[in-house]
Amino acid sequence: MQRLHALICTCTNCISNGALKIKNALEAEIVKNSLENDILVVQTGASGLCVKGPILTVQPEGIFYQYLKEKDIPNLVQEHFLKGRPVKSLMYVSEVEKIPIPKINDIPFFKDQRLIALRNRGVIDPESIDEYIANDGYKALVKALTKMSPEEVIKEIDASGLRGRGGAGFPTGKKWQICRAQVLKRKSSDPSASAYVICNADEGDPGAFMDRSIVEADPHSIIEGMSIGAYAMGATEGYIYLRIEYPLAIERMKKALKQAKEYGLLGENILDTGFNFEIKIFEGAGAFVCGEETSLIHSIESKVPEPTQKPPFPAESGLWGFPTNINNVETWANVAMIINWSAVWFSKIGTETSRGTKVFSLAGNVNNAGLVEVPMGITLREIIYDIGAGIPNNKKLKAVQTGGPSGGFIPARLLHLPVDYERLKEAGAIMGSGGMVVMDEDTCIVDIAKFFLHFTSDESCGKCSTCREGAATLIEILDNISNGEGKEDDLAFLEELCLAVKDASMCGLGQTLPNPVLSTLRHFRDEYIDHIKHKKCPAGVCKALVRYSINRDKCTGCTLCARECPAKAISGTVKSPHQIDLHKCTRCGICVKVCKVGAAYSE
Amino acid sequence: MAKLKPEDLERIAQKMKKLINLREGEARARVIVHMGTCGIAAGARAVMTAFMEEVEKKDLKDVILTASSCAGFCSREPMATIELVNEPAVKYVDLTPEKAKEIIEKHVIGGNIVKEYALAAGSERVL
Ligand SMILES: Cc1cc2nc3c(=O)[nH]c(=O)nc-3n(C[C@H](O)[C@H](O)[C@H](O)COP(=O)(O)O)c2cc1C
Repeated sequence: MQRLHALICTCTNCISNGALKIKNALEAEIVKNSLENDILVVQTGASGLCVKGPILTVQPEGIFYQYLKEKDIPNLVQEHFLKGRPVKSLMYVSEVEKIPIPKINDIPFFKDQRLIALRNRGVIDPESIDEYIANDGYKALVKALTKMSPEEVIKEIDASGLRGRGGAGFPTGKKWQICRAQVLKRKSSDPSASAYVICNADEGDPGAFMDRSIVEADPHSIIEGMSIGAYAMGATEGYIYLRIEYPLAIERMKKALKQAKEYGLLGENILDTGFNFEIKIFEGAGAFVCGEETSLIHSIESKVPEPTQKPPFPAESGLWGFPTNINNVETWANVAMIINWSAVWFSKIGTETSRGTKVFSLAGNVNNAGLVEVPMGITLREIIYDIGAGIPNNKKLKAVQTGGPSGGFIPARLLHLPVDYERLKEAGAIMGSGGMVVMDEDTCIVDIAKFFLHFTSDESCGKCSTCREGAATLIEILDNISNGEGKEDDLAFLEELCLAVKDASMCGLGQTLPNPVLSTLRHFRDEYIDHIKHKKCPAGVCKALVRYSINRDKCTGCTLCARECPAKAISGTVKSPHQIDLHKCTRCGICVKVCKVGAAYSE
Repeated sequence: MAKLKPEDLERIAQKMKKLINLREGEARARVIVHMGTCGIAAGARAVMTAFMEEVEKKDLKDVILTASSCAGFCSREPMATIELVNEPAVKYVDLTPEKAKEIIEKHVIGGNIVKEYALAAGSERVL
């Protein structure tokens, strides 16, 4: 067993800065000092700090050397490896520590993030293909086209464990395999038959901005991923379905496509390998249902964008009836990294069933709202309290909503839950495409469930009556509950109706629209009962259930509330306690805000 | 532009790396303004303009001014990253045109980090 591991980065960047020479010098010095049995020299991939290459990390101490030169090595081996005295002048730490501000990885927001899909965020100019290329861009495409067969590419993606990031989490490798088989079948009878790959950038979930950010930050990562996929599946044309509300993403993608074409990375005979592939942008009008894959295909075909029954799956009969593979933006953004760094590397990140990382848009009642990419298996607590820095104004956390309107609510007591497709599902939520809305104690569960239902109801295409009428009826019952007119058997009926809508709707929109209701009924049943039985809204959101009064013992009769009340619902004379006429009161809460002695209150 | 052959990519990568890493070449500093939709909504364009005007006014020929995307920390936009040769990158948050001018003056020209506006130094973990 060696005492120390000397990890030398041999990424292209470091090699070009002489990493191999350093490695040889290290090994030679180690032999010279008879340390072969003590020190193991290991070659590694990029550390993310390779701009400072060649770099060397010494484990287990975690000491980080940078800008190494051959002439530094004898001293380094003698001092550090032999005498155990790390060489300060070559260390990375020394440099940052002289800086009077924290290191980025000491900042909780960045510390637990791990960037794969977002590897180039904030680093490269998204409008420069050369900068993308400088950060290993299009290297995976070269590797796939020149060193791998289509089958090998699919095998690699399959072995990585990558699952679709658009919602359902279907294994990407399996999907590609199915599509390739269909393409081969079709081409055997019709050699000129087309096949398509599509990037789904419809991103309709309220509060979600993962896919927009990826396209804005790194459009070439999508182009490269799609090109690799097209090669693997035998497709020659691609579409990027981008919603029109994302003008910056569209503009950057257009530029990226143009640059890739100029470089011959799209078009005919790509990189001189005989591979042909083109990509077009389709600007979607921004309907939520268009994110559903069959609707999306109809939308490109200029048909009514309504879902149709599956099977046939897009792999068999997709765009214009040809074999088609649809993946989400983030799924495509992972592809080149897997080809570059191997399935083995990727599959080491995350959990047993959920490999890699996931991008979340962290929003709602959280201090650090933003876009985060975290390894799967991280707990909700780490995301909300470490990365997100907790809840503003010292409020308590009530629930986290994941998966957008198709998702569910996870109560604060389940914060230890690791983020993983299966664990979230068990808790009644879903990973979805990565929306994560944090809700504090002032959130009314009935009200927020209604909010999501209003969204899905508005976005329902109306084809299935269960979805169209079911959503409307669910909203009606929830309205009654928040108006104080709920009945005790409402909850049982809500549940029954939810299950019926789930069972009888054709597409994912209807099948998942009851989830916000079902998951709140599961985790927050007491709050529904408070509304129905006790006519109380604990969060004070449902206006019909809130009562304003004035505490007679505290009221000094200053008349301020009576003067400020817009409904003239407060009466009383100077220096004697005032009272509120509940019939006139509009529950605006102004009396509570203006009262200087805390006499006006709501319950 | 001629169509690329596989070996051309490496050539472009090498050329660009020198530029990005400020290793060889004329540039001494790189100013990156984070211009995603969120940054722009928070005022990144005005910050970019201020950086541009200041670089021009001070006639800083060795400063590269460039745009990049959202750095993820949307609640603290507008943000910018300043890289000086052989120094770790410094991320600035909650910027305004006035702060941008001050950063050019003190950090890019003077070499002193403006602590009040700086969030942190270094790069995020990739891979
Ligand atoms: C109503 C509805 C909306 C959807 N919206 C999106 C979307 O905005 N983006 C997306 O990638 N997938 C969306 N999907 C999932 C797609 O149908 C499809 O499963 C996905 O694009 C496949 O890609 P993946 O395997 O990479 O996840 C939606 C599904 C439904 C039912």
